[in-house]
Amino acid sequence: MRDGESSVLDRFRQGDVDAFETLFRLHQRAVYGWVLRIVRRPDAAEEVTVEAFWRIHKAHARFDPSRSFEAWARTIATHAALDWLRSHRLERDCSAQSAVEASVPVAPDPAIAAEVRQKTALAFGRLPPRLRLAALLAVVEELPHKEVAEALGISVTAVKLRVFRALRLLRRDLQQQGITP
Amino acid sequence: MNAHDQDRIQHLLREALPPIQPVEPARDLWPALLKRLNARPVAALQTVPLLDWALALGLVALVAIAPATIPVLLYYL
Repeated sequence: MRDGESSVLDRFRQGDVDAFETLFRLHQRAVYGWVLRIVRRPDAAEEVTVEAFWRIHKAHARFDPSRSFEAWARTIATHAALDWLRSHRLERDCSAQSAVEASVPVAPDPAIAAEVRQKTALAFGRLPPRLRLAALLAVVEELPHKEVAEALGISVTAVKLRVFRALRLLRRDLQQQGITP
Repeated sequence: MNAHDQDRIQHLLREALPPIQPVEPARDLWPALLKRLNARPVAALQTVPLLDWALALGLVALVAIAPATIPVLLYYL
């Protein structure tokens, strides 16, 4: 680690607000991008990013300088985003236009009707937030299980289990609506 | 659910929720964060949830009505 970064991290750990601002400026884009992948709404991602950095500041004394600040910040941001998911139902919020605008424009599969897509998104929003988060990161965002596990603070096996349970519940919900995936 | 079912549901999910493209926040978030940092901390009493207050009141009422429950309560503390 470079001396400059090390010094900033040490000062941050002692509660220096200037050092915190430096770290905020360095990492806000990455944290915002990560949170946006989870909450899928730019306005909500801004709110959660602020919340995440506020938690980071509150926890400054617990920061271990031997760890990567980015990984630590990501874990805190993931928990802040999970709390947001718990308090906002995806079926109400994620189908909003803002969520659509944030997603990568891809050609839809013509074999899947728009109605089925919408019902799938709604059913996904009804999943328990912990399962939804694991499935979002591992299936939708296609991140490696190891990376998801680190962000969630759980084992790779637990990630796989959560994804499996999420997909099984999603399938059951769709079947109850007469959709056979 | 077999591997084939799992693949199909994953495909459907990706179709329903396309990945998010990496973008930057539309505004500088530091002022909002600074405002929050500078906000006066809420008084400790205000941070206690109402349910906790209700439970505490219930406990006090229970002890007042039936003092014989005190050893039982102490046992579970």
